[in-house]
Amino acid sequence: MNKQLAINKRLAMKKRWVSPRILLPLVSFSVLLIATFALQERAMSYLGLNLLFNLTVPIALATIGQLLVIMVNDIDLSVGAFVSLVACIAATVLVQHPWLGCLILAALVLAYAVIGALIHKLRLPAIVVTLGMSFIWDGLALLILPAPGGTAPTWLRALMTVKPPLVPMAVAAAVLIGLASHLLIIRSGIGTVLRGLGGNVRSVTRAGWNDTLLFALAYGLAGLFGVLAGLTLVGLYTSAGANVASSYTLLTIAGVILGGGEFVGGKVSPIGAVLGALTLSLAGSLLAFMHLSPDWQIGAQGAVLIAVLAARLLFNRHGASSNAIAQEATA
Amino acid sequence: MSRDNHRQPVVTLTGVSKSFGPVKALDDIDLTLSPGECLGLVGHNGAGKSTLVNLINGTLKPTHGEIHTPYARNRRDSGIRSVFQELSLCPNLSVAENLRICHGGLSGPGWRTRAREEIGASLSRIFPGHDIDPNAEVDTLSIAQRQMVEIAIGFAPRGSEARLVILDEPTSSLDAGIAGQLLEHIQRFCDDGGAVIFISHMLGEIFQVTNRIVVMKDGRMVEDRATEAFCHASLVEAMGHVAQQAHATRRTAEMLGDEVLTSPEGISARRGEIVGLSGLAGHGQAEALARLYLDSTSGWSARREPAMAFVAGDRPRDGVLPLWSILRNASISTLNAAARWGMVDRRAEAATAADWQQRIGIRTNDLGNTITSLSGGNQQKVLFARALATSAPIVVMDDPMRGVDVGTKQDVYAMIRAEAAQGRTFLWYSTETEEVCQCDRVFVFRNGTISAELSGAEVNEERILAASFEMQEN
Repeated sequence: MNKQLAINKRLAMKKRWVSPRILLPLVSFSVLLIATFALQERAMSYLGLNLLFNLTVPIALATIGQLLVIMVNDIDLSVGAFVSLVACIAATVLVQHPWLGCLILAALVLAYAVIGALIHKLRLPAIVVTLGMSFIWDGLALLILPAPGGTAPTWLRALMTVKPPLVPMAVAAAVLIGLASHLLIIRSGIGTVLRGLGGNVRSVTRAGWNDTLLFALAYGLAGLFGVLAGLTLVGLYTSAGANVASSYTLLTIAGVILGGGEFVGGKVSPIGAVLGALTLSLAGSLLAFMHLSPDWQIGAQGAVLIAVLAARLLFNRHGASSNAIAQEATA
Repeated sequence: MSRDNHRQPVVTLTGVSKSFGPVKALDDIDLTLSPGECLGLVGHNGAGKSTLVNLINGTLKPTHGEIHTPYARNRRDSGIRSVFQELSLCPNLSVAENLRICHGGLSGPGWRTRAREEIGASLSRIFPGHDIDPNAEVDTLSIAQRQMVEIAIGFAPRGSEARLVILDEPTSSLDAGIAGQLLEHIQRFCDDGGAVIFISHMLGEIFQVTNRIVVMKDGRMVEDRATEAFCHASLVEAMGHVAQQAHATRRTAEMLGDEVLTSPEGISARRGEIVGLSGLAGHGQAEALARLYLDSTSGWSARREPAMAFVAGDRPRDGVLPLWSILRNASISTLNAAARWGMVDRRAEAATAADWQQRIGIRTNDLGNTITSLSGGNQQKVLFARALATSAPIVVMDDPMRGVDVGTKQDVYAMIRAEAAQGRTFLWYSTETEEVCQCDRVFVFRNGTISAELSGAEVNEERILAASFEMQEN
């Protein structure tokens, strides 16, 4: 009996402190970071870290948006186009007519919520609806800004070039995004209910929740993070274009999965997703330091993704066998 | 526990009916449930128990009649809690987080601590000595532990208190000790003025825990009396249990055709024979059947004339195609046989399906409905139709009567016998002795090998049990 309790306790400890869901993204990020520092020691500085990571701030935000959608068992193929559209609005309307700009951005968040409600209410496949929406966002962005250009609102530019003491802006922002989304999605009550939606919709509706409203909320939050991603992007680039963020769609999906998330079942990790986004952009920089042509970068990111997923498979098998041991012990 | 002692009913149903399209699931139900009552709800699958439960807990609205729940405060909290037969927790959340889903009052800083305390207290109250960690993710728990968590959530106060707890087959995945703890808790709960609706196929539990029994049959309440007024036999009779008929004459080797099948384990079968595979669950019967079936049918292309057909018992895992219609689910096995130039013959497909709907009695008004609109028993009939519609001379059945009501079982027995008489061979794995006794010859499995081969008068419960538990020489 005592032995069994000890086994249970040990397994519980192991589960709490070394959850593979967060451990693996942390390890893969660390490995790449150390490799980068080894190749280019000047990256190990305030300025260097900022340069390495500042472009990942919008990606991290968009990844959290994607995570919110994946969390409810859907997928968002319109993130890239949506962030580009937000960037175009931020670089034009928001500069000339700040209030109108804010209104449009709020309307975009609302549109995301409505899309989420429709997808669920009419039982449409999210993959098709969001793919369709991506063309609409794309078209709107081209209408607003036919050729790349525009200027960033000065407050945004100031925000993204702020120089906090000790840690550079990019690192501080990544930590902030990770913690804030962890609080929202993992710790808060409503975040728990939203994750429950991904785990078992029926259980949530039986408890008296309006599932359509919950789906709208998940998508609306995803839209909000998309808007934040577009704003920070313009703050960094100081201009925008209709294709400025088109690579985000796949990068964000990769980031969520790399960060320990799963496509179905509401199993996600916001901190992991932020780490995943950082890892993917590090993979690109690392190759640049190795003097490989940028043509290889996408492939390298893919290689990192495959390597991490393979490692996760091994981890999960190990986890499954240790669970089996636990069940045997209790039996 | 403080509870106001005036005996206002927790729920009153007057003249309640519920129809799903043309199918009348419930007809003119009058039911009053007072505090302190533990009501046993019995009846076959499809008798309307689940519909009644869903009306009481507010998931469904009645077509006619009224349901009065005086303690209801709002949609979220009516004081009526349901613990469902199928596990309905969120597997990705922790035990405590699952409580949050149905307890809106858990909010603000520190809600996790309060949730852990509440669910922990509820678990300890019902299942003293349990070892469930409130922080554990539900999908790391065993089935029994999940069921315990679900029951504990049902009885947890959740901001107010549970007035009525509906338990639908709560003990099906619990072992006897844990089930005993639950029954004790139900008694305590009712003594304190709570009400319970207890649904179970285990009549012993019904007699042990309830003080009133309602019997349902074809959507009607046929009996509503105190538990003492029933005995085991009268309850079974009220449910319309068909008394165990004499078995169809068991045929012997001389009356059957040639041997059509032998397996390395030693299973053999003759043309037109019904061969049973028995023994305790999980002693290699299902694996033996799967090996036989896959060895004979796996190939790069399906043949027009399959050698074997398969009837799944684990419907969600190996049987039903949940997104497809009833028609498609039934016809998938015959598409190749009826195809012309590799194209599906839609007319032949529809005709075959309609024919089998008639022969096997699938209760639906439109074969185009999705298969999940059917009850479990009717889904199983579709799977039988799928197998029997083929020309396969051998039909392999992997415990096909799981969760099937007695009426359907009788239909299927008759059909299997009729098909066997026409020369089809059946291999039938079952965990229920009653079903195995329908067979001409029985192989009893123990630890992955055949421990006995019984035929003729040897096929009876004692011989099967004896062979399941101890080694016998053939």
